[in-house]
Amino acid sequence: MAEAHPVGFQWVMEAKKRGAKVIHVDPRFTRTSALADLHVPIRAGADIAFVGGLINYVLTNEKYFREYVVNYTNAATILTGDFADTEDLDGVFSGLDREYRLYDMETWRYQGDEVRPAVGERSPEKTIPPLTREQLRQVRMAGRGERHGAGGAACHPAADTDETLQDPCCVFQVLKRHYARYTPQLVAEVAGIPEATFNQVCELITENSGRDRTTAFVYSVGWTHHTIGAQNIRSASILQALLGNIGRPGGGIMALRGHASIQGSTDIPTLFDLLPGYLPMPHMYGNEDLSAYLASETVQKGFWANFSDYMVSLLKAYWGDAATKDNDFCYGYLPRLSGSHSTFDTVLAQLDGVCTGYLLLGQNPAVGSANARMQRLGLANLDWLVVRDFSLTESATWWQNGPEIETGEMRTEDLKTEVFFLPAAAHTEKDGSFTSTQRLLQWHHAGVEPAGDARSDLWFTYHLGLRIRQKLSRGGEGGSAPRADTATATDETAEMDRPVLDLTWDYPVKGRLEEPDAEAVLAEINGWNARGEPLTSYTQLKDDGSTTCGCWIYCGVYAGGVNQAARRVPGGQQNWIANQWGWAWPANRRVLYNRASADPDGRPWSERKALVWWDAESNRWTGHDVPDFVADRPPDYAPPDGATGVAAITGTDPFIMQGDGKAWLFAPAGMADGPLPTHYEPQESPVANLLYGQQHNPVRQIISHPQSLYEPSGNEPGSDVFPYVATTIRLTEHHTAGGMSRFLPYLAELQPAFFCEVSPELAAERGLEHAGWATIVTARSAIEARVMVTGRIRPLRVAGRVVHQVGLPWHWGLNGLTAGDAANELVHLSLDPNVHIQEDKAFACDIRPGRRPRGPALRDLVREYQQRAGITPQTGTQP
Amino acid sequence: MSEPGHSGAAFARGPADADGGLDPAARAGYADHPPRMGFFTDTSVCIGCKACEVACKEWNAVPEDGIELTGMSYDNTVGLGASTWRHVAFIEQPVTAVADATEGVRWLMASDVCKHCTESGCLDVCPTGALFRTEFGTVVVQDDVCNGCGYCVGACPFGVIARREEDGQAHKCTLCYDRLGAGMEPACAKACPTESIQFGPLDELRERAALRVADLRAAGQDQARLYLDDPDDGIGGGGAFFLLLDEPEVYGLPPDPVVTTRDLPSIWKHVGLAAAGLVATGIALGFGRRK
Amino acid sequence: MTEPKGRGAAWTEERGTSHEGPPPPAARPARRRLKAARRREESRVPDFEFTSYYGRPVIKEPAWGVPDVPGYLFLGGLAGASSVLAAGAEMSGYGELARVAKVGALGAISLSAVALVHDLGRPERFANMLRVFKPSSPMSVGSWLLTAYGPLAGAAAVSDMTGILPAAGALATAGAGLLGPGVATYTAALLCDTAVPGWHEGHREMPYLFAGSASCAAAGLGLLTVSPAAAGPARTLATVGAPAELVAKRLLLRRLGEIAEPYETGRPGRLLRAAELLTVGGLAGAVLGRRNRAVSALAGASLLAASALTRFGVFEAGLVTARDPKYTIVPQRRRLDRRGMN
Repeated sequence: MAEAHPVGFQWVMEAKKRGAKVIHVDPRFTRTSALADLHVPIRAGADIAFVGGLINYVLTNEKYFREYVVNYTNAATILTGDFADTEDLDGVFSGLDREYRLYDMETWRYQGDEVRPAVGERSPEKTIPPLTREQLRQVRMAGRGERHGAGGAACHPAADTDETLQDPCCVFQVLKRHYARYTPQLVAEVAGIPEATFNQVCELITENSGRDRTTAFVYSVGWTHHTIGAQNIRSASILQALLGNIGRPGGGIMALRGHASIQGSTDIPTLFDLLPGYLPMPHMYGNEDLSAYLASETVQKGFWANFSDYMVSLLKAYWGDAATKDNDFCYGYLPRLSGSHSTFDTVLAQLDGVCTGYLLLGQNPAVGSANARMQRLGLANLDWLVVRDFSLTESATWWQNGPEIETGEMRTEDLKTEVFFLPAAAHTEKDGSFTSTQRLLQWHHAGVEPAGDARSDLWFTYHLGLRIRQKLSRGGEGGSAPRADTATATDETAEMDRPVLDLTWDYPVKGRLEEPDAEAVLAEINGWNARGEPLTSYTQLKDDGSTTCGCWIYCGVYAGGVNQAARRVPGGQQNWIANQWGWAWPANRRVLYNRASADPDGRPWSERKALVWWDAESNRWTGHDVPDFVADRPPDYAPPDGATGVAAITGTDPFIMQGDGKAWLFAPAGMADGPLPTHYEPQESPVANLLYGQQHNPVRQIISHPQSLYEPSGNEPGSDVFPYVATTIRLTEHHTAGGMSRFLPYLAELQPAFFCEVSPELAAERGLEHAGWATIVTARSAIEARVMVTGRIRPLRVAGRVVHQVGLPWHWGLNGLTAGDAANELVHLSLDPNVHIQEDKAFACDIRPGRRPRGPALRDLVREYQQRAGITPQTGTQP
Repeated sequence: MSEPGHSGAAFARGPADADGGLDPAARAGYADHPPRMGFFTDTSVCIGCKACEVACKEWNAVPEDGIELTGMSYDNTVGLGASTWRHVAFIEQPVTAVADATEGVRWLMASDVCKHCTESGCLDVCPTGALFRTEFGTVVVQDDVCNGCGYCVGACPFGVIARREEDGQAHKCTLCYDRLGAGMEPACAKACPTESIQFGPLDELRERAALRVADLRAAGQDQARLYLDDPDDGIGGGGAFFLLLDEPEVYGLPPDPVVTTRDLPSIWKHVGLAAAGLVATGIALGFGRRK
Repeated sequence: MTEPKGRGAAWTEERGTSHEGPPPPAARPARRRLKAARRREESRVPDFEFTSYYGRPVIKEPAWGVPDVPGYLFLGGLAGASSVLAAGAEMSGYGELARVAKVGALGAISLSAVALVHDLGRPERFANMLRVFKPSSPMSVGSWLLTAYGPLAGAAAVSDMTGILPAAGALATAGAGLLGPGVATYTAALLCDTAVPGWHEGHREMPYLFAGSASCAAAGLGLLTVSPAAAGPARTLATVGAPAELVAKRLLLRRLGEIAEPYETGRPGRLLRAAELLTVGGLAGAVLGRRNRAVSALAGASLLAASALTRFGVFEAGLVTARDPKYTIVPQRRRLDRRGMN
């Protein structure tokens, strides 16, 4: 955290000053470790083994917070007897369809009830045979029809429970069995963590959790950039739920992010599978019209029951007056998913010639995306490419000086891509918001006007939209002429242009540059009622078209017409919650699920850790934070039979977004790769899975392509050709793909060269010299780096032998004041199946002294390695 | 010189000042001056982020001075100089945890800066008066006076000040004299996220530092120590002083620096005697007679 | 890879440091002989561990350029001592010698001025040297000295060569002769009033070394350019200056103790050994060759060269002590340990 979030780290230091203990888990000893009380060295990719070991310790030694677990988690819930765990099936769960690489979750559900995930089934599949499609559709549709109202299964999804936690089919016992083998010895063998160190962690976190003390987990991409990334987070949430740390001050799981507004980029998404506020993007199957969509996505209990309010209000924000009840509020204008459209699928589409145009806004995939080479090959197949940035990044100049020019695979004069570079304004030159850690929106104001032709992304998008609408509209050139072959060919504008033309696209602009007023956009995101008054809360949203809201979780950010995100009351003038700095979604709530900070009777678990509590006198929940609960619902509230939606939430259901109001130790639905996190090896690993025969995540997303082959792993022949674990890392001095740091002299001089970090033992083994050169090779490519021999990386004992790790900062590319090869040249394309994130935090490589070959000899070297390892297009693709 | 700032060399170090010798501004001739301001750099909370280095360069428009990997851990800045006024040092040390005998690493990180010595060698030897003592007790180079003679460079016991190739003049940390004048704190202190760099009246900083080092020692960090906080040391105490977690030389700092001016009386004495000897020789030569 | 602890070479516990006074005689190693000097390159028994920051220097080596500054040390010494010689020679009737010395002083001091201005980072601002007068700055003192001395030396020489204003010329000669010693010796303060261990710790001996060396240079110039019969005072000056220089150097090295290493090893060691040889040879030649013009001239050249080599040697030895952190750290660490502090 000190490396990547130095400013935020001051609060860790403040906590230390007040007696907090800091534990740092990382393959390397970094600047964070230097200030931590304990550094836990870990083999990259073995985090589930580690956290699973902690879970096992907590369960075995009964260190869980029992009252919290029984009342607030689904520990007591009983599963159907059909469920089979990885312990039963040597590493997979029941319901696995290996051929189509997906799980049927029928056997995972609660006994006596159908539970839906809080946000609908959204697994995009590449190739689904009609049969499987039908099955999935049926699962999705199971939430509608007979289940509502009278008749059919009980609507209140309170499944059978055993509060003694003894029933062999209850979640608690299933959890125990699942993690029974994750002993300290196993953790040492799999993750390389010395037992004494591991035991220290166990003691520290359990001593510091409970009524009076809470422990927080903080993570970033070291946990998420794996084929089991989402399950890594799940394992932490299980542990924290067992320890009673969720929804409590000083507890929880805090996601630090990869850059300043990446939380915002999923809230108001730049992701293909989401609409603002985490509403699922409609799929071409099962979501044909609005009612079908709403039926498949809405759940019975909790705030997701009001799904239709959020969705309709969003459609009104998009299409305004054109969106009416009669036309499904223009729901039909939304695009539909037909599978996975992740950035990597887009690259494949480029290579196939299907995707012919590309806009890169502040994104540098030629350096920053997995398999950088393949990204560039995709770019070379485009007809046109637009790059907006303030530096000439590698994604803008690959056609001129990219690695493929050097190897001779591309010749500039032969490339067909027309590349446009548009200078972009920096964050200091425009108004807007950052949404980052803690769901906090912070407004920033333009300090200066951008120079020359540089413009903000808002300006670009808005004015591009204006021009396109102008061209499309009747009388405008380029507008769709009436088509003679359609039955309704008229003088009117063609149907296909309506989605663009019907958009509300009328933000006020200001100044010489005609910069759109960012606050006006914020106001639209916040939304307003039929009278045009800004809304204050998402509870005001309606599905009759009377409300407009661009993102339901942001509703309230412009309450009273005041930009709440721009508030900057200094901390010294507020209490410790400090909720007048910026605005957190939803509803400026700083700690989610904070009902759990009070016991079932509504009293804080301890005075010391009081956050919100029930005030019987005023019949309201109150406290330091905005209560994350129905404001006037007493702790002893029991819903009437047949209650649905918000009314179905009992007084002791803190996890109001879940179908059963409980924290899910066991996730009966919603995770593509299993209800419980399980240790799998990364896609590429020199180590075989010591726990199961199943080496990898069986449903991880595979993108195998001649330009992106996998290496053999574990015990497969040829895996010894790539015997070292590689992990990408960050440095404080540089930022992401380097576009904002490599071009600045004051930063370039602080970390002036791309280097790799290796232990003295690995350096001796491979003949690497400190400050010399090394070449790192994978099945994708080979790069060169200066060598940093350091005792901060230690060899680990894993599976009875020594495993070395290599740290590779991923900030470098060939342009800028400091230039170097990009670490992402080495990375493969195997993705987490839940969120399609690349696995760059653990893969396998070889390292050798000296600089890499230049010209065509570079590809020769890679081919030689591929041959030696016996790599074919099938290698590593098995589920 | 009658102007304040230029007199009061250590050469003229007379009886202790009222506050124990910490008032160089008064000795420099400022009748009415603000409290002495300085830095306390607590290296035990430094996270090595180098925000201080960047903030300093940005504010003072100091040029980049070398884009080259050194191999000295994460220190590619190497040391203080004409174009580096804050320098973060990185020292990796192997350690053995006593409790469970695990091998591990300790990584010391420290932001170095000009010490703005109470008895300042660079100031004393500057022949043009370019270097002067400000009303805040700090030492600053006047860029429009310095003629680059380079004398200050060799006179600093810490190797701080140097001549910049681009313009031939000596440059060093000004303790953001311009910001102080506007009631602001120096850029590095402002940027430091963990308050490793603390700025304020020197006597307050010394009190705070004493408490901090006592806390660290009580918590078992027996190598923690203050450096240049003692007005009786070889430079009369530093306007910038430090909390270190190991010996000064580990960080590249001299263990027991003494300002050269302390020996100035002796130096001039022997020069005088030698010169007198030459004069006497000359006179003696005058008494021979050409044969 | 960091190497936290390193071995310092050639440090024996007995050697003292300047701030504590000279080392107790009983613990001193045997006197070094000239011929033993050749074996100085090898390390002595290491017995003091010290740490540094990646072997980086602690202080900065002076920004002064070579040959400008050591050249100036030589020329300034030559000028100052020549003015002394000129005054003395004139008083005792050695007019030819006096003239040579005056002209030599003028020439040397002019070249000095060029060297000094050239060495400045901002030469066009050389006049700023006279903005202030600071006794704490040997360079300030020196600037004023030179400002006074230069014109006097000039007037003395010009008057002698042209015959104009002889009375003024005589006064100028006397004045230059009085200020000349200052010019010749203040440069010792210039070097020693720094943090450079190899200079600072020798500040009690350096002025005499410089005075002696300057005397040899002035004597050398005289012996080189004037027939031995007419160079009596020059010869006398050599017999005073050379031994003084040699003794001062011995005392200096003893004072420096472990910091003396660069004076006896490497390139500075070679320069200084050569200088010593040339000084001894020059003195011998001056005395023995007092009837032989060639020998006398050779002796003079020898003494001139020796003086130059001495200045360059001392300068370089100092730079070496600035570059290697052990010369700063070890004596200070010892001092601290002795005081019982850490």
